[in-house]
Amino acid sequence: MGKIASSRTKNSSGIMDWFNHRLPVTQFYKDHLSEYYAPKNFNFWYFFGSLALLVLVNQIVTGIWLTMHYKPDAAQAFGMVEYIMRDVPWGWLIRYLHTTGASAFFVVIYLHMFRGLLYGSYKKPRELIWVFGMIIYVALMAEAFMGYVLPWGNMSYWGAKVITQLFAAVPWVGDALVEWVRGDYLISDATLNRFFALHVVALPLVILILVVLHLAALHTVGSNNPEGVDIKKHKDENGVPKDGIPFHPYYTVKDIFGVGMFLLIFLFIVFVKPDMGGLFLEHDNYVPADPSSTPDHIKPVWYFTPFYAMLRAVPDMQMGALIMALAIVVLFFLPWLDRSPVKSIRYRRWPYKIMLSLFAITFVVLGWLGMQAGSELQKLMAQILTGFYFFYFVWLFFYSRNETYHEVPERIEK
Amino acid sequence: MTDNVNKSRRNLLISTSAVGVIGAGFAAVPFIKSWLPSERAKAAGSPVKTDISKIEPGQMINVLWRGQPVFIVNRTDKQMSVLDSLTDRLKDPDDDTSIQPDYIDNKYRAKRNNLLVVIGICTHLGCSPKYYPDLVPQSFDSEWQGGFYCPCHNSRFDISGRVYKGSPASRNLDIPPYAFLDDNIIEIGTDGGTA
Repeated sequence: MGKIASSRTKNSSGIMDWFNHRLPVTQFYKDHLSEYYAPKNFNFWYFFGSLALLVLVNQIVTGIWLTMHYKPDAAQAFGMVEYIMRDVPWGWLIRYLHTTGASAFFVVIYLHMFRGLLYGSYKKPRELIWVFGMIIYVALMAEAFMGYVLPWGNMSYWGAKVITQLFAAVPWVGDALVEWVRGDYLISDATLNRFFALHVVALPLVILILVVLHLAALHTVGSNNPEGVDIKKHKDENGVPKDGIPFHPYYTVKDIFGVGMFLLIFLFIVFVKPDMGGLFLEHDNYVPADPSSTPDHIKPVWYFTPFYAMLRAVPDMQMGALIMALAIVVLFFLPWLDRSPVKSIRYRRWPYKIMLSLFAITFVVLGWLGMQAGSELQKLMAQILTGFYFFYFVWLFFYSRNETYHEVPERIEK
Repeated sequence: MTDNVNKSRRNLLISTSAVGVIGAGFAAVPFIKSWLPSERAKAAGSPVKTDISKIEPGQMINVLWRGQPVFIVNRTDKQMSVLDSLTDRLKDPDDDTSIQPDYIDNKYRAKRNNLLVVIGICTHLGCSPKYYPDLVPQSFDSEWQGGFYCPCHNSRFDISGRVYKGSPASRNLDIPPYAFLDDNIIEIGTDGGTA
């Protein structure tokens, strides 16, 4: 407290004082940056939260610029994207930053989520952070899907068709719901127009609010760390955690390094391989939307393919859609499914380490399967792996109840 | 604290909140209903006419009706000869769940036996299946008997648009209402005319 009082007096006659009497700017800066104490042992995995913010800013800025040259009109949309690419000064760069940014967002988010799994960041008292994060993830999937429809290529069109048709799996009102979502009896100009509205206005607002809540919840309980120990248990005489360091300047500098490394890879892709061989921008989407012809091999963009593989693995539409929805819903409950008191994988025994590794591999292989045309063998593989995906959570629920683990240290020793 | 509650003020509070919630509910209606198909979209679904005299035996043409593809196939006798033998391999050979006009039978599923008219949209998730007319083994089915294959999720349909067991689709391909205006002209989207 003494520190705060002294800094107040130091600024008492300055311009900051004028502001602080009207809006607590200095206090906000301290609470969230210069006196937000984060554990001193953050490692590589802790880059991805700030990188997600960076990509979010990139998407918003490039997105605003793209709307200046785009028209959400079924007759013009495809041509407008070509116009941006060829005629608008630097339009190609702004669009590639946006399209590559979409994939980068999911790379970063998946790694960010996996960090949570590794170090038990979803556990008490951080359940709400995880739940807000999951809602962001779902909102981001909706945002990405609708953005993908806007260029009005043939994959946009048929992807929109397949995804909106999923609502038909809802009992009783399914078909009416599909019509309501599309605003027509088929995917049409009305669908494109509303997806544009949702993509550029509604969902970005929702995502921004959720990010604020995610961070507010994080800064209320404090950050977890690779050791999974609570740094607030041991504080010095000023109330500062002994194993904590101020976020600014220590972690701002660390994150700037992360940003540098990230931009090196990100911009390399933007400049050299923006379509990533069909992974980030699909070849069939360079053909205008054609309601009478489905592309030979229809698949979503890579970040949806693990769930798409699950959908395809089930030989029944309603069940397939249900399984796919459950695969996402089950993640929301992770904080309550994992009942072990130990957070970090470092202090959990081999069964957990092996199962988490298998779970990660399963997710990646499902993603690969979702991109393939789908032979009988691949279908069987997808069925087995879908089974394992769900088995992991059941196993975790029972295993974690009486789990034996290594002793967790009181403090961060290194 | 509870002893000091002013009952009439509390009741006023509750009824004000209730009216507010009901009002918000009504206010949401226009916003939700605004998403329904517009009057213009409703009016756009008029019937289409097509000349069928130029379709060679075994050939398929693709006509757009209400923005969706309609497949018209001039089936050969050879293609139709396998229809009876497939019953055991089909999910719904009796058309129990099919969406089709009443005048469609469950084998040929057509007004004129040789001429199949189906909506070319997979009943699974709405892709457009591909036409594989030849009775030769395919990568997706080693005993292929000719018909339609959906590349999206591997649904298979026979040459009458009936779905095979093991497909993610659960309903046979839909059949639109259609009528023959004369020997060569078909109109899709109406029931009238002579068969």
